Amino acid sequence: MSATLDQIFVLLQHWLVSFLPAVLQPFVSVLLGVVVIIGLFPALFAFAVWMERKGLGRIQNRLGPNRVGPFGLLQPIADGIKSLTKEDIVPLSADVVVHFLAPLVLVVAVFMGFAVLPMGRNMVLVDMDAGLLFYFAMGASTELSIFMAGWSSRNKYSLLGAMRAVAQMISYEVPLLMSSVAVVMIAGTLSLTKIVAAQNSYSGVFPHWYIFTPWGLAGFLMYVVSSMAETNRSPFDLPEGESELVAGYFTEYSGFKFALFFLGEYLAMFSISGLGTVLFLGGWSAPFSFLTWVPSWIWFFSKLMMSISVFIWIRGTLPRLRQDQLMNFAWKFVLPMTLLNLFVAALWRFLGEGWERWVICSVILLLAYVVLGRTGMREGKFGPRRYRYAE
Amino acid sequence: MLGEGILKGLWETAKNFTGSYVSADRLTTVEYPEQRIAPIEATRDFPFLVFDEENRDGGDPVWEAGLRCVACQICEKECPPKCIYIERSKDKKLDYLGKAQYYPARFDIDISVCMSCQICVEVCPFDAIKMDTEFELSTTDRFGGLLLDREQLAKPNEYYHKIHPAEAAGVDAHLAEEKVKADAKAKAAAEAKLAAEAKAAADAAAKATGEGA
Amino acid sequence: MSFVFYILAALTLAGALAAVLLKNTVHCALALTVAFAGLAFLFLQLDAQFAGFAQVLVYIGAVAILVVFAILLTRGSETPKDGVYSRNWLAGLVIAAGVFAALGWAVLQSVPGLPHETAAPQVSVLQIGNALMTRYVLPLEIVAVLLTLALIGAVIVAMHQKVEAQ
Repeated sequence: MSATLDQIFVLLQHWLVSFLPAVLQPFVSVLLGVVVIIGLFPALFAFAVWMERKGLGRIQNRLGPNRVGPFGLLQPIADGIKSLTKEDIVPLSADVVVHFLAPLVLVVAVFMGFAVLPMGRNMVLVDMDAGLLFYFAMGASTELSIFMAGWSSRNKYSLLGAMRAVAQMISYEVPLLMSSVAVVMIAGTLSLTKIVAAQNSYSGVFPHWYIFTPWGLAGFLMYVVSSMAETNRSPFDLPEGESELVAGYFTEYSGFKFALFFLGEYLAMFSISGLGTVLFLGGWSAPFSFLTWVPSWIWFFSKLMMSISVFIWIRGTLPRLRQDQLMNFAWKFVLPMTLLNLFVAALWRFLGEGWERWVICSVILLLAYVVLGRTGMREGKFGPRRYRYAE
Repeated sequence: MLGEGILKGLWETAKNFTGSYVSADRLTTVEYPEQRIAPIEATRDFPFLVFDEENRDGGDPVWEAGLRCVACQICEKECPPKCIYIERSKDKKLDYLGKAQYYPARFDIDISVCMSCQICVEVCPFDAIKMDTEFELSTTDRFGGLLLDREQLAKPNEYYHKIHPAEAAGVDAHLAEEKVKADAKAKAAAEAKLAAEAKAAADAAAKATGEGA
Repeated sequence: MSFVFYILAALTLAGALAAVLLKNTVHCALALTVAFAGLAFLFLQLDAQFAGFAQVLVYIGAVAILVVFAILLTRGSETPKDGVYSRNWLAGLVIAAGVFAALGWAVLQSVPGLPHETAAPQVSVLQIGNALMTRYVLPLEIVAVLLTLALIGAVIVAMHQKVEAQ
């Protein structure tokens, strides 16, 4: 029974496809998966927007949306209708073609990332040998669309926002890749399904997720920081800082195109959370061995929503960074830590089973964290900045 | 230690998040259309015209007869954004002092232009224009709907007492004083007139007697 | 199969032509990106996943962005009045023809050398990794050192300017 529930979507897909002639079957089965992804994640996006507004409200001792529908649940639908019916304004001096293409490129590139994410046992659209590489290739393409949006608007705020966004995304893509490479080194594969399979075993009741190893925990923390910067989320939301750049690279977008950018941003958040789940949190595997009867896709999506909640929590807590703090943090702390983490992961692999590797790896990472953090803080690289004229 | 502050901050926001569900007094939101906060006395936004409800002239309607405004147009001239438009009447009406005065045949305020500076109130020598507290003025017609005419602007003195009690009492006392003064003056004038008439009559009588004698 | 190839080839060529023919430099950069993407799809069509994705990651994700940054940070994206075409186009033509001839010759020479296989060889990422780490480790390291040197050189150049500015 639980096996059927676990595979219910896969079975459903096979059942639906079996009505068609054999020639069409592979094509239609892929198409079904695509349709599900394109339908499911925007729905999740609507829910996440509601969750975010509600959560931020509660963090600030407010109520959040509570007018449209029960608990304001229909608010995202109202917002969607509003943005659909609004006038689509294109600035007179804008580069019309590029201005039009930018949101499309963004959403398409972000949607592509979902193709390789295993969302449950046997639930992956394309099981690629180089899945992780595919994911990062698609992630890299979003930068270009952001640049296109900023440049084509012919607005200094847009251009500044785009430049900031691109600089930020390039800087944080390096640590993002590096922290994922540690997982690849241990798992010995770039295929995301195999990475999940490698974590899907238990010692006693506890799972073998990579986050429960010294290098995994360090890698996970670096991954979280980089992924927040990669998706332009607070505290790394400089590219769209409302107080200084209006809305950054989508200042000149209105109506449905703006909605597409908004959608793209949340989809990027989902997909990067999904990837983090796959790499460090065991993907669709259950957190305890006695819970394996719960369908795998429930685990994947609950982990995903947990990550989104953490994103919202952090957004409600931290103020925006300044550009120099951002860059210093990326190049002088996160990048050295991820590089060290690669070394530690290699050490972990070659030290073999036993308690020694736990001690050695933990000590190296903790020491590096303390030393790097202390020096950084002392030299005022990440801490509060002293202004020459304010003293 | 790096990251310590972040953890502290996260703890703080987590406390806020759960606390807002547990204790209702954390929530500062007033759910506006259902719940309202009583406005403080100094609240003010747009001007209105005060009228006295005593029916002086027997004029109809009451608000038109009771308007304190005498169409002196000082406010119109002083208004920085020029949102007041006044047309003076041709005829005159008695004011509360019993004096014949002009009255505004038209008095329009465009509250979409008004910047709530209260200069009109300060320059008015007749205490005819005061600040209102009414704020639910949204309309679907942004040109006509926000251009208030005489009738929309006229509000009774009782209303003024209701929204700004202390200020209105002061104004009333001042007006009463003026009235007393005016009455005394009128009385004195009448007495002087009477005395003059009496004197004239006495003089005439004396003269007549003198002549007769 | 060849139908897809022709579409992709047309896309790549159109992108490449637009990159040299368009007037606006940012448009050129974007057109170049289209050419890169077409090339990546060609690799994918040949079942070379690693090369295809690396093409996207490196060329679209990094090189195109670098080009765009260079355009924006140097002298603006405005088109100069006297056009973007170089006056000594003849020299350019000769060089292009020379490079094309060399490449064509190399391709033509290598064709008979290859066995005419019908099935494309399945090369997994694992095999590529193994090859890079064993047989080709020396070239890999040389490239890595070269890139690091370039990086350090760039930093030194930037630092030098900063000192001068002060």
